[in-house]
Amino acid sequence: MAGQQQALHTQSLAELAKGLSKGEFSSRELIETLLSRIEEHDRSLNAFISVTADQALAVADASDKARSKGEAGTLAGLPIVYKDIFCTKGVLTTCGSRILENFVSPYDATVVERLSSAGAVMLGKTNMDEFAMGSSSETSYFGPVRNPWDTARSPGGSSGGSAAAVAARLTPAGTGTDTGGSIRQPAALTNTVGLKPTYGRVSRYGMVAFASSLDQAGVITRTAEDAAMLLSVMAGFDERDSTSVDHPVPDYVSGLTVSLKELKIGVVRQHFDAGLNEQCAARVKDALNVLEQQGASLIEVDLPNLDLSVPTYYVVAPAECSSNLSRFDGVRFGYRADGAKDLLDLYCRSRGDGFGAEVKRRIMTGTYVLSAGYYDAYYLKAQKVRQLISQDFKNAFEKVDVIAGPTTPTPTFPLGEKTDDPITMYLNDIYTIGANLAGLPGISVPCGFVDDLPVGLQLVGPHFAEETILACAHQYQQLTDWHQRCPEAYQ
Amino acid sequence: MSLSKEQVQHIAALACLQLDEDEFDDIVAKLSSIVDFVDQLQQVPTDDVVPMAHPLDQVQRLRPDVVTETNERDAFQANAPAIQDGFYLVPKVIE
Repeated sequence: MAGQQQALHTQSLAELAKGLSKGEFSSRELIETLLSRIEEHDRSLNAFISVTADQALAVADASDKARSKGEAGTLAGLPIVYKDIFCTKGVLTTCGSRILENFVSPYDATVVERLSSAGAVMLGKTNMDEFAMGSSSETSYFGPVRNPWDTARSPGGSSGGSAAAVAARLTPAGTGTDTGGSIRQPAALTNTVGLKPTYGRVSRYGMVAFASSLDQAGVITRTAEDAAMLLSVMAGFDERDSTSVDHPVPDYVSGLTVSLKELKIGVVRQHFDAGLNEQCAARVKDALNVLEQQGASLIEVDLPNLDLSVPTYYVVAPAECSSNLSRFDGVRFGYRADGAKDLLDLYCRSRGDGFGAEVKRRIMTGTYVLSAGYYDAYYLKAQKVRQLISQDFKNAFEKVDVIAGPTTPTPTFPLGEKTDDPITMYLNDIYTIGANLAGLPGISVPCGFVDDLPVGLQLVGPHFAEETILACAHQYQQLTDWHQRCPEAYQ
Repeated sequence: MSLSKEQVQHIAALACLQLDEDEFDDIVAKLSSIVDFVDQLQQVPTDDVVPMAHPLDQVQRLRPDVVTETNERDAFQANAPAIQDGFYLVPKVIE
């Protein structure tokens, strides 16, 4: 029997759910298979900060037992990994930082609580850019994550650990957070699917805060169908998040097969300007043609302020981060420096030693743009430009149902190549940041390769149009097999 | 350099960050390049534009003013670097 079935690590969540319910294998067998793959392969990737093997096996056993009594939840016995920004009760939650190196969360994030209640089994916590500040997963205190497609290259970031783990078939799914592209960009660079929902769709409670008006939790999977399965569980109102939106949660899985005929897809003129790698552009155009053949129409639209999205973000996000990260003071939790001469010295030294270089730069940028005499010139100005960018999307969505284009300007880059020039690193997120500034849902889906490195197609919809972008991504995946390709060393 | 060393020292003090002397020049250069980069926003005409504070134009939700949390001091203090008798310990503040 085991010889006939498709290897467990290559199956999607939806396939695994069927196998479990038919009794083809147990959750313990599945979890053991994945834990041994993590053991074998993570040395080459550094995708995990913690592996919670004992806990995972105990939950798997409990799930198998519950199933035998006919009490299985929608995700019963299915594996998941959490980006190490999600608080997990009794488990290290480091956020990729020295300052939280020893932090054991006393509670679960709402996302973790909901997935656990549905029966999901946590395999471990994944590596990331420190405090999610980065686009390459290189700013982690625990060392860089490596891309399974070429371990000398970055998997993107900041959710690079989850993306690398899903791409290397160490898990079918992982959570991520997306403040400026941190789910979609690593998904594009690792040949996985990355979904960032509408701002407020998924609770931020228990997610270590970076930029609170932009942060949104989502998932990295290999199929849009799996993303829909997980979103159906994760989404919904939470009174513990003051910006959570009380809006009905549809069954995202049943929405996947809605016809694409009549669908109007916006193609952004500015997306194909200089800066986009020509071969990436060709892959994206091929993908657009596939959607057009399904009856969708392609309509040219403009996002005239696209170029301003990165500078706007690099005022708004650092400003919010400088405020959010003021809680790390070496007193109540986290790293404390030795030998402080007074309280202020304790704060300054704990923060100076505890934060890495990129986090310090962002805190200082934010402190500067919020400081007396500069607030109007920078922060208020950026909030006004943010309004213009958001208005551009509103105008475009009067003409089209969804916007499609590249997720990133280039395929992945060698580790170390961009670490010395923050601006070059920031420009990686040119196509993804707009959706965060405007609070829109976006998804990246594998659409081909350039020199054996993956390329992503990004679909962005109006607020709460997750169903539309998921249906588009799902049906594209029914017609293509890019997402089934696996890096050779991890098959 | 759009920022001077003195300005960066002032920002670091405001942000409560102690910086090593040997990382200073690099920080001044990189922060200056970030400030130069975001300066392009100054060219954008925004006279009649309302600043955007929230992506969905929502206002902050209010809740009844009742106690909803239980006392979990011991659980929270398990993460503290130094405690005594249920208090957080810090260097002496009052002489």
